[in-house]
Amino acid sequence: MDLFPLWNSLRIAGISTGIVFFAGILSAYYIAKAPRAVKGLLDVALTLPLVLPPTVVGFLLLLAFGPRRPLGAFLLERFGLRMTMTWWSATLATSVVIFPLMYRTCRGAFESFDENLAAAGRTLGLSNTYIFWRIRMPGCRAGILAGTVLSFARALGEYGATSMIAGYTPGRTATISTTVYQLWRTNEDGLALRWVLVNVAISFAVLLAVNLLEKRERRR
Amino acid sequence: MALTVDIVKRFKGFTLQVSFTQDGGTLALLGASGCGKSMTLRCIAGIEKPDRGRILLDGETLFDSERHINLSPQARRVGLMFQRYALFPQMTVWQNVRCGAMRGRTGEARERAVGETLERLGLSALADRLPAQLSGGQQQRVALARILVSKPRLLMLDEPFSALDSHLRFRTEEETRREIRAFGGTVLLVSHDRDEIFRMADRVAILDAGRVRAIGPRDEVFADPGSRAGCLLTGCKNLSAIRRIDGNHAEALDWGIPLELALREGTDALGLRMHSVRPGVGENTFRCRVADVVENPFSFTVMLRPVAAPENSVPIGWELPKDEWRAMAAREITVHFPAGELLQLKG
Repeated sequence: MDLFPLWNSLRIAGISTGIVFFAGILSAYYIAKAPRAVKGLLDVALTLPLVLPPTVVGFLLLLAFGPRRPLGAFLLERFGLRMTMTWWSATLATSVVIFPLMYRTCRGAFESFDENLAAAGRTLGLSNTYIFWRIRMPGCRAGILAGTVLSFARALGEYGATSMIAGYTPGRTATISTTVYQLWRTNEDGLALRWVLVNVAISFAVLLAVNLLEKRERRR
Repeated sequence: MALTVDIVKRFKGFTLQVSFTQDGGTLALLGASGCGKSMTLRCIAGIEKPDRGRILLDGETLFDSERHINLSPQARRVGLMFQRYALFPQMTVWQNVRCGAMRGRTGEARERAVGETLERLGLSALADRLPAQLSGGQQQRVALARILVSKPRLLMLDEPFSALDSHLRFRTEEETRREIRAFGGTVLLVSHDRDEIFRMADRVAILDAGRVRAIGPRDEVFADPGSRAGCLLTGCKNLSAIRRIDGNHAEALDWGIPLELALREGTDALGLRMHSVRPGVGENTFRCRVADVVENPFSFTVMLRPVAAPENSVPIGWELPKDEWRAMAAREITVHFPAGELLQLKG
């Protein structure tokens, strides 16, 4: 059993969770402070990938990053960066798909934060940076952690957009989910089942971790 | 140490428009919930921005809409104690108080200031606890310590005792009074509790619907609250609209009786404290039926309806010690309302 799909899946999920961790927190923080009209519009736009079929997201990404499309061509010519059929294109697709999960959980956490705590910090003379990192972030820790773990779990399960933009090349772009589909299609059910069990085991562990974390947070 | 506030802030269906000056001592803002008293403190602290006006402290401009000055809360150096104390939940008592000592101190001096402040407020033993592990009274003291260690130029307390159980209130209030005296600067206190305000404040401002209706030395405001809102807020529960007959006579419309007193210009209602009813004959004597007797822990409230008044008139409450009432209890009784005890109200 070639373990490349496992390694590739973990690599893609890990990197895209890392990207989305910062992007999600920052956009949640700034959008929570934005004027109402801007907020509503951005909120819808950023949540869209959550409800769109992954194939639609994949199609839209191909429209932008396909090698003959303006953006894709530019990146290819200028930087030699091929945005399709590579493992990092899967990272791009996965990031877009999981972004709303991180963004929405963070926004929920920021919105339920007691603003009087930040106000108290300001009247005591604490800098805004100190307040953000030492008071606001710890106060929203549970939500941010939950968002991160959920994003990672969803990233591992990403199939639709990834298969469209990165395809299935054994040893290069194959992930667990695309491998399962490929093996089933070619009647290798036994091997497919093994990968299914690997995927279930990882997801199980991740969700178990979420529950344990939540329980610990509630005790605090 | 003088504070001058003159601000306007518009809300949906309500405009906050307050102006006052306070130089040393404690000024209490007394008002019903939603009258804008907390908002006033938040504007002074710089957490909320008024639409127009000026705020000056010690001659320095904290806010001036015309000159486009709006100092950050950090630069204002004023202390505000929030109603629920706003302690940082993930920090220990020591760390919380340390947050107040960050400005203008470093290293050793900072830690020393925290230690000394905790010691003075009797909190040293609790230094390693989290706020959730403290009683309400202890939380209040930590919040006070955190503000005092930051050496504010002005101390503002927003309903400092409302989050406490009543049995804790009296002791916490006593300790807070002591700390306020030691602080020595100008203090603003916001509350809806007249007893608390009477014990804590030198001067009182009555806020109603976003405006200052009366301001002055405590005893003067309580003796002559000026408006219906002020009358109710200072604890006077008997209130009647009047019709002016001449300069010395009025008809109390709600109580249904004529009264004799030297009316001030514009007086359109009268208040009478429950303690101000006098038994026997004197100014404004009336024979009254006892409509009801309400028993309180240490007194009776006797509801009186003058015999001459119509059946549907509003009865007048009279509160007196239990023994006194027991000695004179009857179904009809003669009382009088001294003219000087009638509070003259306008609006």
